[in-house]
Amino acid sequence: MDPLALTLIELGAVVFCLGLLARLAGRIGMSPIPFYLVGGLAFGAGGFVNLDGMHEFAHLSGEIGVILLLLMLGLEYTAAELVNGLRRSWQAGVLDLVLNFAPGAGIALLLGWGVVGAIVMGGVTYISSSGIAAKVITDLGRIGNRETPVVLAILVFEDLTMAIYLPILTAILAGVGFLGGLQTVGIALAVVTLVLVVALKHGHRVSQAVHSENSEVFLLNVLGAALLVAGIASAMQVSAAVGAFMLGIAISGATAHTATRILEPLRDLFAALFFVAFGLNTDPSGIPPVLGWALLLAVLTAATKMLTGIWAAKRAGIAVPGRFRAGAALIARGEFSIVIAGLAVTSGAVPADLAALATAYVLLMAITGPLAARFVEPVVKAFRKSSRKPTPAEPRTSVEA
Amino acid sequence: MNVDETVLPGLGVRKDFVTASGRRIGVVEMREGETELFVSTWDDPDTCQASIPLTADEASCLGNLLGGQHLAMSLAEAHKDVPGIATRQFSITADSPFNNEPMGKAQIRTRSGVSIVAIMREGEVVPSPAPDVVLHMGDLLVAVGTQKGLDSAAAILRNG
Repeated sequence: MDPLALTLIELGAVVFCLGLLARLAGRIGMSPIPFYLVGGLAFGAGGFVNLDGMHEFAHLSGEIGVILLLLMLGLEYTAAELVNGLRRSWQAGVLDLVLNFAPGAGIALLLGWGVVGAIVMGGVTYISSSGIAAKVITDLGRIGNRETPVVLAILVFEDLTMAIYLPILTAILAGVGFLGGLQTVGIALAVVTLVLVVALKHGHRVSQAVHSENSEVFLLNVLGAALLVAGIASAMQVSAAVGAFMLGIAISGATAHTATRILEPLRDLFAALFFVAFGLNTDPSGIPPVLGWALLLAVLTAATKMLTGIWAAKRAGIAVPGRFRAGAALIARGEFSIVIAGLAVTSGAVPADLAALATAYVLLMAITGPLAARFVEPVVKAFRKSSRKPTPAEPRTSVEA
Repeated sequence: MNVDETVLPGLGVRKDFVTASGRRIGVVEMREGETELFVSTWDDPDTCQASIPLTADEASCLGNLLGGQHLAMSLAEAHKDVPGIATRQFSITADSPFNNEPMGKAQIRTRSGVSIVAIMREGEVVPSPAPDVVLHMGDLLVAVGTQKGLDSAAAILRNG
């Protein structure tokens, strides 16, 4: 068959299947991420069907998917929110980093993947899925809850940490020496600080530069700017994704809202292809041998996220049930764990088993995270009821149906 | 009233206060423009018993209902020494013949003897509205008159 025809047929079939999977995920109220990953596993090397024709396209689409994921993440926040969040919740953020980086890094060392593998796996287990967490909070009607700002502040801290972590990771994976690494970290820190300062003082100018009333012009402006900034960042060894993230932060106000609305369908498409591309590069037969480790990591890091949430919520003066709700909301890992693992795997600096472990781990966490958030409340309530006297009736002054 | 404002990064702003009965009640103003109305449970003030998404129209209508009650109560208080005078509120529905028409077109005072003393609109009060004020869906008209007059004013606003 004509190679172009073959590629189109493969691509069409894959995207169509992803649509079916996303519908299934929506039907049972789950994040589509684990479904996309499984889809990628099924299509890729060692899977049921081997799709070679679309490999190249899937790879480039995956890269664009990462850029769009991070760009949209940046658009969610204004620089002021980031700086305020950092000021108020850095203690919880640091505890979160230490508690959740350690299990992944430790197991990578145990498995003999060396320091590079440890830094990658630490990142994979550290970063919660802000996408899944935000959806869980909205779906469960917890927007007005008192612990919600605590959860969001931790997520903000994690996302900012990514802006420092990703350049470091990129440098380490590229195999630059200690000095080269320091230089990259220096550039990354300088860029992040510069962008935050520019965004705080002149955010409206950046927004003006890309803004247009015409949605077609606007789309091309934003997308072009994002790819350009990502490419330049990548050339400076600062990681393309971070460039896009910082651009997203610099764009603010009404422009950011419009950009989010316009980019959302593109992000959904390319992010789905990114998960598939990651799955394509992972050999499903590598998963069973690491499944035990993935389960161990899942249990460990669910507990450490829980601890983080409990500690942070307690500091904010939240009562016991709210502390557990905060912890459980943080458990889900998803898109950014795969972004980190994907960077590592494409560089070839880590063993192929790492991709399998990361896939199995994210599959577990993306499924159990939302479930834990849903069921932590009844469990805590039942536990507290059995260990306590029944609570008194509501005071009569309040109106209750 | 001490209203707490909390920024929810990526979502919006939460504004709430604690009622005399110990409940936390408030709204989250989402960045996309919707409003989320919530009320806490009584045994755990951290969590919400209900969290209700409201469109802009619904939120302003609810604001009118809450504010209108207060206004009507104080008007009733003012008229309580005048026998036979009552206060009532009328809301303008989408199918009212005077939706998007100036109020004077209804000729309420001429036809029923009732005075419209205020209009509650988007949480704000328009006191002593002139006949050229255009009525909109969701407006709450505060009317003063006799019971009979108020009944006929209601019929006028509903049926034209």
